[in-house]
Amino acid sequence: MENTLDPADLQAVWLTLKLASVTTLFLLFIATPLAWWLAHSRKWYKGAVAALVALPLVLPPSVLGFYLLLLMGPHGLVGSLTSALHLGRLPFSFAGLVVGSVLFSLPFAVQPIQNAFEATGKRPLEVASTLRAGSWDRFFSVALPLARPGFITAIILAFAHTVGEFGVVLMLGGNIPGETRVLSVDIYNHVEAMEYGTAQLLAGGMVLFSFVVLLTLYFTSGKLLKVSR
Amino acid sequence: MSGQPQNEIHAHFVLQLGEFALDVSFSAPAVGVTALFGPSGSGKTTLLRCIAGLEHAAGMLHVNGEVWQDDKQNLPTHKRQLGYVFQEASLFPHLSVRANLEYGLSRTPTVERKVKLEQVVEWMGLCHLIDRGDPASLSGGERQRVAVSRALLTSPRILLMDEPLSALDTASKQEILPYLEKLHRELNIPVLYVSHSLDEVARLADHLVAMENGRVIANGPLREILTRLDLPLANFDDAGAVIEAEVGQQDPAYNLTQLNFSGGSLWIGQVKQPLGDRVRVRVLARDVSIATQFPHGSSITNILPACIAGIRCESSDKVNVLLNVGESQVLLSRITHRSLDLLNLTVGLKVFAQVKSVALMA
Repeated sequence: MENTLDPADLQAVWLTLKLASVTTLFLLFIATPLAWWLAHSRKWYKGAVAALVALPLVLPPSVLGFYLLLLMGPHGLVGSLTSALHLGRLPFSFAGLVVGSVLFSLPFAVQPIQNAFEATGKRPLEVASTLRAGSWDRFFSVALPLARPGFITAIILAFAHTVGEFGVVLMLGGNIPGETRVLSVDIYNHVEAMEYGTAQLLAGGMVLFSFVVLLTLYFTSGKLLKVSR
Repeated sequence: MSGQPQNEIHAHFVLQLGEFALDVSFSAPAVGVTALFGPSGSGKTTLLRCIAGLEHAAGMLHVNGEVWQDDKQNLPTHKRQLGYVFQEASLFPHLSVRANLEYGLSRTPTVERKVKLEQVVEWMGLCHLIDRGDPASLSGGERQRVAVSRALLTSPRILLMDEPLSALDTASKQEILPYLEKLHRELNIPVLYVSHSLDEVARLADHLVAMENGRVIANGPLREILTRLDLPLANFDDAGAVIEAEVGQQDPAYNLTQLNFSGGSLWIGQVKQPLGDRVRVRVLARDVSIATQFPHGSSITNILPACIAGIRCESSDKVNVLLNVGESQVLLSRITHRSLDLLNLTVGLKVFAQVKSVALMA
């Protein structure tokens, strides 16, 4: 029993992958317009927005989780809203974890995409506009393909960062099997229960996974840099 | 239609960019090549960008009787029927050469298309390049030819070119210039051409808008502006006049060809163009000297009777003289102040212009 994974562990692995996938998908839709705005805006409050986006990089995850818990709780702003709309409560649910993970991994998605948009510069878009492409057309036919390396980096970082998240999940989601008990929490449980063998197996898997992710990142960014030159 | 004449550009722009102020008003014919000429920092690129709608200036713009900008509206760039060639070819790195060419073509409504891809490809000598996957594998000159073709394929009503040769080395320049001249001769698209090179302008332009410090200082037919003594252009090292001439008789024994123009004729080294073809030659001011009597026993072949139309002393050793040759042709001559005094040159005096060298431009 000590060195094997039971169905609950596999469920945690599955839940983690699901959380990371859903989070990454949401992040792409949120981070892309945000990165575009940050790359092109000249508004005075751009710096403040950039700092806000980068905040999860420096904040302890427990701080972020704590505030989200207050915000989404029954007396919080978001909490009262979701209650009024009969959407139920976000804390201690998968949906709540997604919200927390999206915020937690936001800078990891925004910054590579923003850098890619900035590296592309205005010229290719100007060229496209002289070739009769309207603004949406320019975005999809020129800006997006040229920013591809940034998107790949963003996807990998956001996915991997969500897989490795612990503090926010614990604060916001707790430890509900099949709903919020993700891999990192599962490992913590096993260690608490002195089941070092199982913890070893799961933790080792995480190390291997992270290494493969970074290796992929290294090779793809090297190869894709050529495209953006 | 707005009651504005066809085939003309009317522009008025006011724009403040940091320290730099652009304040221009000009009208130019939308036929042939109009050069926006001036030193760097004179605002010619900014002006071109305003015309393309890439820069948002206050003012108005009418092109070929169409309103592109006025108090009420400002057409976005992609709604203006223009082609734009940037200083650097700026091909899309994520698209193949063919996909680059098709980018604008596929976005041009079928009814507006006047040229076919194969036509332009052949015409710009791109047949062997079109199936290259990566535009980065092309040379600088080839890239710029693809960029010009890409712009032409949108069937523009006006082609805007921002120093398309300045990023190229001399060899690439020589490679692409014939294509630009061909464009000028054979394609009926008006071109606005930004340049700071007098040589390029003399080769390609018909009309010249001279700029300085964000303002237009002169605007008129190339031949007139190039030789106006009151403009800084006449003071350039390579200042000179441009003559449109017709290919005349050949002298096969000496490999010479006679070029005839309204004011006389010039012998130059044999040209390839057939009899009767129109060619453009440039005669630099420093290659023209003045004699008050017909110089017998001179080694100089080209001696033209002329009449002094203007004199302007630029410095103690530099005097520019404007010469009328025949009824409509002018030459510039650069002489020293001492010669001016020794020969007693005055406006109206009949003299002989000795032309030491003539450069064929096309």
